[in-house]
Amino acid sequence: MRGSPTRGSPALWIGAAITAAVAAMAALSLVWTPHDITRLEIGARLQPPSAAHWLGTDQLGRDMVSLLMEGARTSIAVALVAVGIGIVAGVPLGLLAAARRGSWIDEVVMRGNDLVFAFPSLVIAILITAVFGPSAVNAILAIGIFNIPVFARVARGGALPIWTLDYVMAARVAGKGAARISVQHVLPNIANLLIVQATIQFSLGILAEAALSYVGLGAQPPTASWGRMLSEAQTMIYSAPSLALLPGLAIVVTVLGLNLLGDGLRDLLDPRLRRLRA
Amino acid sequence: MLSALARRAVSLVLSLVVASVVIFLALQAVPGDPAAFMLGLNARPDTVAALRAELGLEGSLAERYLGWAGGMLRGDFGTSYTYRVPVAELVADRVGVSVPLALLSLALTVAIALPVGLLAATRRGGPADWGVMGATQLGIAIPNFWFAMLLVLVFAVGLRWFSAGGFPGWSDPGGALKALTLPAVALALPQASILARVLRSAVLDTLDQDYIRTARAKGLSRRAVVWRHALRNALIPVLTIMGLQFSFLLAGAIIIENVFFLPGLGRLIFQGITARDLIVVQSVTMLLVAAVILVTFLVEVAYTLADPRLRRPRAR
Repeated sequence: MRGSPTRGSPALWIGAAITAAVAAMAALSLVWTPHDITRLEIGARLQPPSAAHWLGTDQLGRDMVSLLMEGARTSIAVALVAVGIGIVAGVPLGLLAAARRGSWIDEVVMRGNDLVFAFPSLVIAILITAVFGPSAVNAILAIGIFNIPVFARVARGGALPIWTLDYVMAARVAGKGAARISVQHVLPNIANLLIVQATIQFSLGILAEAALSYVGLGAQPPTASWGRMLSEAQTMIYSAPSLALLPGLAIVVTVLGLNLLGDGLRDLLDPRLRRLRA
Repeated sequence: MLSALARRAVSLVLSLVVASVVIFLALQAVPGDPAAFMLGLNARPDTVAALRAELGLEGSLAERYLGWAGGMLRGDFGTSYTYRVPVAELVADRVGVSVPLALLSLALTVAIALPVGLLAATRRGGPADWGVMGATQLGIAIPNFWFAMLLVLVFAVGLRWFSAGGFPGWSDPGGALKALTLPAVALALPQASILARVLRSAVLDTLDQDYIRTARAKGLSRRAVVWRHALRNALIPVLTIMGLQFSFLLAGAIIIENVFFLPGLGRLIFQGITARDLIVVQSVTMLLVAAVILVTFLVEVAYTLADPRLRRPRAR
């Protein structure tokens, strides 16, 4: 809450730093990890942290740092694409509903949204991955579908007041159609709302991906994922409790960073809050 | 008010119908014939056909849907492919775990969130507020199944106060409650964090209102204002969130039941998935979704009744 209104709160900067660090780790894993996680070294299993393995090794002798880096990549990829699905399908729906306020299109979009919100999303996500087979792609779809109504609702809610403004009226008088006004005038003005929502959905997506892969319905081996690392560690919780700690911490830190970033961005971008603080 | 209730009732029925169609169609997309799967590779075609008829797998899509949906309404959830008993029996066995678990965690959620949220709201900007906001930020970020594992590590592996999983059954009420304690705590933590934040901002919103200033001006103590005016008016958003949270608790229970090996509805769904026992998956999922939709409906009705502003038709 504190901090300069234009430069952002400490929460914003801490969140941005954490998010950037996790994203950098994930990106780095594309080209380099300290060890190859597809090579199993049973002889070197369950080692404590050392110079060669900074965070030790797991039950199959794989390097924990490398596994966590790859897990970050899986989490981010799944959550990012799921957010993308939500934006690409949801924002146009919301803009359309706002442009045709009160029409049957608006009614269908909003009632459809109510329906999806009434569904327990995790149950349906489990159903989808169970029906179509467990894989990262199906996890993305299962999470992404529920992002669509979220973005539709945010876009519609943000767009409605803008349609009453004078410059939109002027654009209509000038002969611009609803689609052009939505893209040229409405969309830039609700971009900040969408960015904040995207951050929130991103962090929810990371949690959902972790839950799905924890129950074995996410990315399949040999792809590393934090959720599956946890489910594998659970069977050894008596003998190797530390294996259960690291992936969980990775999830918490990532989600915490994204939530702080989202809160900070909202404070920074929402002029209403800025005035309140001043 | 009656028209508002009628509209909600219509949308309730509509939601249930759409949900059942979606779930039914989703499971039709699963490849493979359950009857052939049950009888194995060497089954004779006429045996398979007889079993298909017995399981209600014959007929057009619409006929099969109506058969299933009509059965659900009568309490006939179909016959499990693997257990060969009515799904209703399987459900009856497991409801006794899942529902008490959801209720226990909802009670814990409220018991934690209410004092914590109020404390933060009344000490706005102070160290208590910052502490609560920080702790709840952390609570939201922790996946409940990982928190469950941490609880097992500390209280089952370390202190040995609880067992790491399993369920003794309600013939041993003390043991049953004990078995549900860690799962309920694990489920409640993130939800309590969310609810505490909602409660805090709802109370802060009402504390800004004119009638609160009036109440203070006429000489009511701060405590009386908070309890009698602010909290009561803050309850509407809080109730709404609690309705949503019940859905998260039911869904979250699916994962948590697997962490603690609790024989609840969530584990039943998972066993159904692994055994390709699709009718179990279909009917139990529908039951969970129906429960969530019903709870949401009841919450809406409750606050239509509770809030006089929603009772009268809009003046505009």
